[in-house]
Amino acid sequence: MKITLKIWRQPTTETPGKFETHEVTDAKPDMKLLELLDHLNDTLVTQGKEPIAFESDCREGICGTCGITVNGRPHGPVPNTTTCGQHLRDFKDGATVRLEPFRSAAYPVVRDLIVDRSALDRVIEAGGFVSVDAGTAPDADTVQIPLHVAEAALDFAACIGCGACVAACPNGSGSLFTGAKLGHLSLLPHGRQERERRAQSMGVQADEEFGHCTLFGECAQVCPAEIPITAVAALNHERLRAWARRYRGPDNAKRSKRKNASHGGE
Amino acid sequence: MTEFLLDDLRIVGSRVDGGVPDGDPATAWDRRKTSYRLVSPLNRRKFTVIVVGCGLAGAGCAAALGELGYDVECFTYHDSPRRAHSIAAQGGINSPRAKKVDNDSILRFVKDTVEGGDFRSREADCFRLGEESLRVIDHMNAIGAPFAREYGGQLATRSFGGVQVSRTYYTRGQTGQQLEIAATQALWRQIAKGSVRLHTRHEMLDLIVKDGVTRGIVARDMVTGQIQPYTAHAVVLATGGYANVFGKSTNAMNSNATAAFRAHRRGAYFASPCFIQFHPTTLPISSPWQSKRMLMSESLRNDARIWVPKTKGDDRPPNDIPEDERDYFLERRYPAFGNLVPRDVASRANALEIKDGHGVGPLHNGVYLDLRDAIARLGVDVINERYGNLLEMYHVNTGEDPRQVPMRIGPGAHFSMGGLWTDFDSMSNVAGLFVGGEASWAYHGANRLGANSLLSACVDGWFTLPVTVPNYLESLLGTEPLTVDDPAVTATVNHVRAGVAHLLDRGGTHPADYFHRQLGDVLYDECGVNRRADELTDAIDRIQKLRKEFDDDLRVTGTGAHLNQELEKAGRVSDFIDLAELMCIDALDRDESCGGHFRVEHQTPDGEAQRDDAHFCFASVWERPTEPGPYIRHHEPLTFTAVPLETRNYKTR
Repeated sequence: MKITLKIWRQPTTETPGKFETHEVTDAKPDMKLLELLDHLNDTLVTQGKEPIAFESDCREGICGTCGITVNGRPHGPVPNTTTCGQHLRDFKDGATVRLEPFRSAAYPVVRDLIVDRSALDRVIEAGGFVSVDAGTAPDADTVQIPLHVAEAALDFAACIGCGACVAACPNGSGSLFTGAKLGHLSLLPHGRQERERRAQSMGVQADEEFGHCTLFGECAQVCPAEIPITAVAALNHERLRAWARRYRGPDNAKRSKRKNASHGGE
Repeated sequence: MTEFLLDDLRIVGSRVDGGVPDGDPATAWDRRKTSYRLVSPLNRRKFTVIVVGCGLAGAGCAAALGELGYDVECFTYHDSPRRAHSIAAQGGINSPRAKKVDNDSILRFVKDTVEGGDFRSREADCFRLGEESLRVIDHMNAIGAPFAREYGGQLATRSFGGVQVSRTYYTRGQTGQQLEIAATQALWRQIAKGSVRLHTRHEMLDLIVKDGVTRGIVARDMVTGQIQPYTAHAVVLATGGYANVFGKSTNAMNSNATAAFRAHRRGAYFASPCFIQFHPTTLPISSPWQSKRMLMSESLRNDARIWVPKTKGDDRPPNDIPEDERDYFLERRYPAFGNLVPRDVASRANALEIKDGHGVGPLHNGVYLDLRDAIARLGVDVINERYGNLLEMYHVNTGEDPRQVPMRIGPGAHFSMGGLWTDFDSMSNVAGLFVGGEASWAYHGANRLGANSLLSACVDGWFTLPVTVPNYLESLLGTEPLTVDDPAVTATVNHVRAGVAHLLDRGGTHPADYFHRQLGDVLYDECGVNRRADELTDAIDRIQKLRKEFDDDLRVTGTGAHLNQELEKAGRVSDFIDLAELMCIDALDRDESCGGHFRVEHQTPDGEAQRDDAHFCFASVWERPTEPGPYIRHHEPLTFTAVPLETRNYKTR
């Protein structure tokens, strides 16, 4: 089959980019989209041209490395599927396909189709962890977790961190991502002692990095891990809960710490 | 002729000491730990440790050292630590916590692991693995991995291959993902605290060694192209395995051997490189453009039957082939275990059928994995309930519905048991260079048991390296890392710069991937599931020619001063070519069959691997010559006291 690719080329973050057109005439329907790019790059290098920079790693939909905008849609035409899982059989023979990086103010373009998604990591760094040092955990069998709770935590924990939710959102909101982490950790017994602090500091960081959520729901339509839209509710719930419990944010950390200590934690 | 050639390729060296304390291997780790020197809390921040890699071993080690108060620099070539390939593991993580009454114990775990590895691993290592595994589950559970639970809220377990108890902890089919995310969250906690500095999109390109002591690394910023030295008191490599030397494997696209192999070039020994695990149920190559071998879970073999047409080259659609023209070869050859024989046995049988011309599919390189009988017996709903997500994954990737048409699978390179040689303290022969996880050779011998890889990475990262590295650091109290203008540092940096420049100006015609594909073809042909002396010598010859072709005809476009993926690939393929040669030499040198290393010359009358304990009960420890010339093969003898040497037997057990 024949595919015409309009591909975004941008040498560095600072230099302006533009679309470049390439035709592939020997594409096959059972090729994957990224294999088509591999194939095109082989040809480009053999011709002495610079290949198209794009990222991918596991190619099994779990590592979250790949992610490009295909005809305006993050990841591609098949919903809830990573870019590496998109096949040419879902495009028409002779089609023109537009490939761009994930588009979001939070994701500066690094080169061609590669973006910098470190904003997501900064949200985790703000508090998306459990403060338990190696070797200090209690016996895992002494703390029971009901099956349905572990399963619900896993629904949120399934996030692969690809960042398509932010790219899909008209507001560029990171609420699905942030809420998924808060939902995951709030359901588990370990780390509950820092639940308010976590909600507050991750929420503040997400506000700095991303836009606000107005519940368009487009994030959940592209999410390859099928994170439920209730993650957004989890974010709001956790933040409101922290406020209601008089947790007043990182600036007041000292005061809160004293207060928490006097209450014996949660 | 083989002997003559082998002597040209390698010199037999001397005995290498693994440093395992004498006496009972079951208590060796405890005794060793007690003898370690300590660094007091106030002195810890004076020590800088470099950790390369952010998978389960690297992230765990960096986080744990940060928690203890050391100054840690952590490097990854990914954009985020969470992408490391540990994330792709599906099945689970073993631990003989022995909470149930199925009579599990640490000794049984050791027995399974040693036997599974066909007696080519260190017994004391396996005891450590079993012992520390108990805390691994506690810790990973506490830092956020939502392990599967029973209705009563207790941790759930399941069974895995080569084991008769239920000791595998899991989170759906995404155990690796949940452990990796938990570990990198713990790493972010240390980064926020300032004890770990993270360098993303940085690739280690060399090890700085001065007077036989590790002093740091040289890394390239993959975005700006800047090549810089980073010095430290010790370096930990947790850079994963090298199955991608086969071109197409179940590994991620970027998984590579460069960090480990460049350490090898600087003097670190490489142990048993020919020990590679081939997974029996991966998607075969159906087209030249297919980028990897996707893994289908071992669990499918519980209900699906493996078969090939009795007639060679029978290209009829599988459903048109009548029952009496099908050969269910695993059930025929292994009536006791049938389709559930261990990985290496199944892979070998599949490969033999394919080689004998019974392979199926457009390229005749697969066998059928057929659910027809199970669907007829149980109904499609039960099958969907058990394997729904796997069948969907197969459907999406091949466009064929496995409920209608048998799946096509074949053996694919999956895991490297071999790796940089380390002693019982996880330190290589180069002082100050520590190795953890799949990058090291430890624990798995000649064949790894399912669910032991996540375990070994976690044990190394969280509970081994954080005590062995300080033992080494203690003697360095009062010393500073080398300054960046030290001659040893500048010489290494200049060496790396020259290497990169050399890759850029070959002026050839073919991209690195072209050579990588050919390398993979050579290895799958002649150093794959079945190996033979004459084929191995031929492989070495082909690889040496490929090396020359690569040097003459490589083309890297662009420059070194920006993000350049062709340049990255070229450096990795260059290392893969040399590693492939070493693998084949090792496979030729190890004139016996054991685990995943099957030399067809050495098999029992019924086709099983035949070890030669009299001559090969050791780990091969390879030293790279400093001048062009043959490799030196040292050996570390392996002794077995708790699990006495015996022939593996999965037929009657």
